[in-house]
Amino acid sequence: MHIVVSIKQVPDSAQIRVHPVTNTIMRQGVPTIINPYDLFALEEALRLRDAYGGEVTVLTMGPPMAEDCLRKALGYGADRAVLLTDRYFAGSDTLATSFALSQAIAKIGETFGPPDVVFTGKQTIDGDTAQVGPGIAKRLDLFQLTYVAKIASIDLAAREITVERRCEGGTQKLKSRLPCLITMLEGTNEMRRGSIEDALCAARSRIVKWSAAEAGIEDLTKCGLRGSPTVVKRVFAPTPRSEKAVQIDTAEKTLRDLADELIGAIFTRQPALEPELAFEAA
Amino acid sequence: MSSANPDTPRPPAGRAGMKKELPERFRDYRHVWVFIELERGQVHPVSFELLGEGRKLADKLGVQLAGAVLGPPGEATQNAVAEAFAYGADLVYFVEAPLLADYRNEPFTKAMTDLVDTYKPEILLLGATTLGRDLAGSVATTLLTGLTADCTELDVDADGSLAATRPTFGGSLLCTIYTLNYRPQMATVRPRVMPMPQRADRAMGRVIAHELSLAEDEIVTKVLGFLPDSQSGTANLAYADVVVAGGLGLGGAENLQLVKSLARAIGAEFGCSRPLVQKGWMPADRQIGQTGKTIRPKLYIAAGISGAIQHRVGVEGADLIVAINTDPNAPIFDFAHLGIVTDAVRFLPALIEAFTRRLSPHSRDKLAS
Repeated sequence: MHIVVSIKQVPDSAQIRVHPVTNTIMRQGVPTIINPYDLFALEEALRLRDAYGGEVTVLTMGPPMAEDCLRKALGYGADRAVLLTDRYFAGSDTLATSFALSQAIAKIGETFGPPDVVFTGKQTIDGDTAQVGPGIAKRLDLFQLTYVAKIASIDLAAREITVERRCEGGTQKLKSRLPCLITMLEGTNEMRRGSIEDALCAARSRIVKWSAAEAGIEDLTKCGLRGSPTVVKRVFAPTPRSEKAVQIDTAEKTLRDLADELIGAIFTRQPALEPELAFEAA
Repeated sequence: MSSANPDTPRPPAGRAGMKKELPERFRDYRHVWVFIELERGQVHPVSFELLGEGRKLADKLGVQLAGAVLGPPGEATQNAVAEAFAYGADLVYFVEAPLLADYRNEPFTKAMTDLVDTYKPEILLLGATTLGRDLAGSVATTLLTGLTADCTELDVDADGSLAATRPTFGGSLLCTIYTLNYRPQMATVRPRVMPMPQRADRAMGRVIAHELSLAEDEIVTKVLGFLPDSQSGTANLAYADVVVAGGLGLGGAENLQLVKSLARAIGAEFGCSRPLVQKGWMPADRQIGQTGKTIRPKLYIAAGISGAIQHRVGVEGADLIVAINTDPNAPIFDFAHLGIVTDAVRFLPALIEAFTRRLSPHSRDKLAS
């Protein structure tokens, strides 16, 4: 089976700082990582390959340095990596991104064999939109299975797949057909440690690099800023609350007195709460 | 068609400026729609929150507010229509079909895009739930229009465009996004981000029924079953009146017991900040913050949480925020209402004991304390 995993290189958000004066993101020196949600998709893809045979192709769109995240993916055991990189993609919103990625996946299908499953992470940690996966599914006419917690079974001969998917208040069990697009839920598996062989292979492997033209994209008006219906008009810092918290003075008080004082302060501010809490506690 | 409604108020003059840019084919897109999310017979409360927000946008634009109800034949779907009116809709677009019984992407995308293509709304709002996000992404891609996810503020600017503001870079900055030359302008909003509007029993307004041209045998994906969550509590976190949460300041996973005990003592829900989920101390559906749940309780007690912006975004709607932290400079004290600089691990047992003492005289057994 051929599995394509679409991943994204993102700045490690834990280390992002905002410039206090200009309100811009200070990217310098912020390390980049594979979007953490994508690792669950990649691991699931590798497990499917190990169980059913075949190949895993990882794909990313980004600047040339996004090659780093592809090498990491190869180090985990992916068989092939494709980097879609072109200045025409700059400024893409989710619609333009899903267009470019779906074109690249179609090209991957022509070049290396049609994919049975396309994986993405649930969302990215920098954009948090969860829109690109469904966008790819729609454009490639793949059956869309989002927030998948478990792949229960795959029948390659019958082209059938059964999954458990997270939904509001529970889990839905769905039967669908291949080829499909799966966005994998977090916490559903644990990324393997890549073998030494894979690490060596990752370092040596040639990464397939495609420009827009090489990926078969003819209509550049659907790419980048021009292909993006949304426009970011303004970026600004959240307004701080004018007053700071009223501090309960802790000097020379027992914990018991402090607790009583805090509770008193809570109920002074929210008098209606006390009977409610008393009712709940009873 | 909605644009042909004789009762449609004239748009304000200021809209002309934007209309110049708008391609001809989008000029008759009008009115604000809210997708009414109906699952297993229940309307998700986020739909009502969106009707409240949609009402403001529609009034500002001088247009109508419509609910889009998609569901199987039956009382629950009829009830959803009535509820849409009760929460402020002027009219309801209604698609009723047995194959809309359980959520599946294919029929819902088809029904929603058909409705939009036929009746042409200028704004379409959906809840950023698992269902809403699954649907919004494929509807926007089918319609080739813009979609802004997880908005925290919606407004209409002087020329009538939707200004959708959302956190970016983990909440450290906000950005305002426009969909200028495409329609509808789509946005999702997470549950609890917007306040719940007042419900008022009102007469049903106009209901426009639309036929779904799709048969069950045309849909590949089948629902084999549904397993409700065993821990029903997690579903209530977003809508709880009182929430207690723990952060890294608790020091170790074993101290989360204190948070749970306090929650039990005062009948609260419990949650945590993002690092605890990343460490595996608590399941992801207990995470409070921008990438977790947004809460709006009457009382929120944060124990050992430093208050990173991404956490703040999820709790700012609380009526009263109480922060317990050893670091007097922790950012949480910038947005909490009451603060106490102390070690939560030492303080929480005293707080649990004090709450129990304080609340017990009201309970049945006065001797319990």
